[in-house]
Amino acid sequence: MLAHIVTKSLRQHALSTLITAGSIALATGLLMAVWAVKDQSMRAFTNVTGGFDAVFGPRGSELNLVLFSVFHMDKAPGTLPWADYEALRKDRRNIKTAVPIVVGDNFKNFRIVGTTTNYFGVEYQRGRRLALQSGGREFAEGAQEAVLGSFVASRLGLRVGDVFQPYHGLEYDPSQKHEADYLVVGILKASNTPADHVIWIPVLGAQNMPGHRAEAATDISAVLLQFNSAAQGPMFADQVNKGTRDKTVAMIAPTVTRFFQRFEWLRVVLGAMAALVALVGAGGILASLYNTLNERRRELAILRALGARRTTVFGAMVLEAATISVLGVLGGFAVYAVCVGAAAHFVRQHTGVVIDPWEASAVFIVAPVGIVIAGAAAGVLPAIKAYQTDVAENLVPHS
Amino acid sequence: MLLLEIRDLRKDYRAPDGTTHTVLDLPEFTLAAQQQMALSGSSGSGKTTLLHCIAGILVPEKGRIRLGECDLTAASEADRDRLRAAHVGYIFQTFNLLQGYTCLENVLMGMAFGRGADPKFAASLLQRVGLGEKLAHRPRQLSVGQQQRVAVARALANRPQLVLADEPTGNLDAANAREALALIREICTENKAALLLVSHDAGVLAAFADRRDLDQLNRAATGHGGAR
Repeated sequence: MLAHIVTKSLRQHALSTLITAGSIALATGLLMAVWAVKDQSMRAFTNVTGGFDAVFGPRGSELNLVLFSVFHMDKAPGTLPWADYEALRKDRRNIKTAVPIVVGDNFKNFRIVGTTTNYFGVEYQRGRRLALQSGGREFAEGAQEAVLGSFVASRLGLRVGDVFQPYHGLEYDPSQKHEADYLVVGILKASNTPADHVIWIPVLGAQNMPGHRAEAATDISAVLLQFNSAAQGPMFADQVNKGTRDKTVAMIAPTVTRFFQRFEWLRVVLGAMAALVALVGAGGILASLYNTLNERRRELAILRALGARRTTVFGAMVLEAATISVLGVLGGFAVYAVCVGAAAHFVRQHTGVVIDPWEASAVFIVAPVGIVIAGAAAGVLPAIKAYQTDVAENLVPHS
Repeated sequence: MLLLEIRDLRKDYRAPDGTTHTVLDLPEFTLAAQQQMALSGSSGSGKTTLLHCIAGILVPEKGRIRLGECDLTAASEADRDRLRAAHVGYIFQTFNLLQGYTCLENVLMGMAFGRGADPKFAASLLQRVGLGEKLAHRPRQLSVGQQQRVAVARALANRPQLVLADEPTGNLDAANAREALALIREICTENKAALLLVSHDAGVLAAFADRRDLDQLNRAATGHGGAR
């Protein structure tokens, strides 16, 4: 009965229902996006460390080290002598795996990263290793050969057997071409990690590329590290960071987490804004119900004359407000899906990191429930007015 | 058997300026089950107020209204609502149809708060008033005469013991008015409902054997030399 009355009323005031529900949808979507996105992207980014624990590099910002060596963003702060890599490789007590990284070239804006085939052997996630698509093989150390990330291959249309010439620098500049032919010998299967966006070549090939300074020919940009045990990482990092003046060890996951935590204030600001929008939405419910109250009074009086109780018209009003909020919240999930879906697509295009917008989060329950309660509460004042409607007075039309 | 019994009824009206006027001062009024009575009275004689009191929409200051087994003046508001939903049908001069509802839904709302929706009976009532083809029409899509017929069907929807009709032909032309009046009387007879019809139209009044003049009965009425 109540549901019937409410449905009728919502339909009769379809436009204001739609507008109010729309504003609530925006608020809900925004609120959920603001809260969920930071956590989900943080989780996604800490999950794609390539399987490494830390980066060893020249003295500089830890974030910068992690960004260029793991996410292939940002510039390398400087270089390391090859001997540093050798020393790390021999440090069996602490280090399980050490893989050198050389950056500095690109092909059509995709980074060319020099490394060793050991890189492909590391589990980038539990039980998962980078694997080649059929028909390919890993590059040979010292050869002018390349293995492409899946995204690069599909974007540039390169296949095994194709030849390309690298360009100097991290950004594509047609005048900076190296006169060296590289042969594509393999293409990686998609891993949904930054590795998909990189062209991998042997570290010696990168160093010896014609046009690079001869004295830098043995330098590397950084060394990716896996420790023997989790406890060794921070201790080793501490040792290097405090014990040397020209080297830095950045623990990858904590660095990423710290980076995202820097945006906590932004989340608070955006969250407060979204909460305000939600409040405006609830206010919209109040206003739209209140404004139509005058035209509704007659209808309410008729219902009362037909035997409806005061509590029935009160309940109908609150239920109507709650229903508008529920419609809004449902729309909010759509808004969220579009916003975060687009953001996730953007992030994936640029970094290869896959963010799952629907990863479980308390905000998916808290925000909708909170907003529906706020919306229903906004219906209480008009409902009180409806409750107080004088039947005898409102049964006759007022001119 | 008496269906409605009113004793020493007084209803006051509080004017916006704060003064109180007595609108209704009725020593006695009765209606038997299935009786059909017309009630006349000049404007301001308290006709509508009396109907509202009988329907339990207004509460008198003093006196007793007994409807069937129930003492309305002693009942709580919720009980009066329940009683109205179950036993009283109301026909208004301005029809008071729900504009967002179809004819059928309007009639269904007439039973919703009482014995519950019975679409079959609702449809048969609309059939009876000649609107069997218009179940899905909305009030706006109907002529004035048709709208009043929907209102008549709605008033009978809860199988009431008493139908209250407040100037039911006041907004209709002569031909429609005659038809509506006949229909109301027939349908009340068929459904064994008593009818208390208020009108100041001599033609309507003449159709009733039982007639009362509220100007005479109401000691507060102008014709009686009361306060108003």
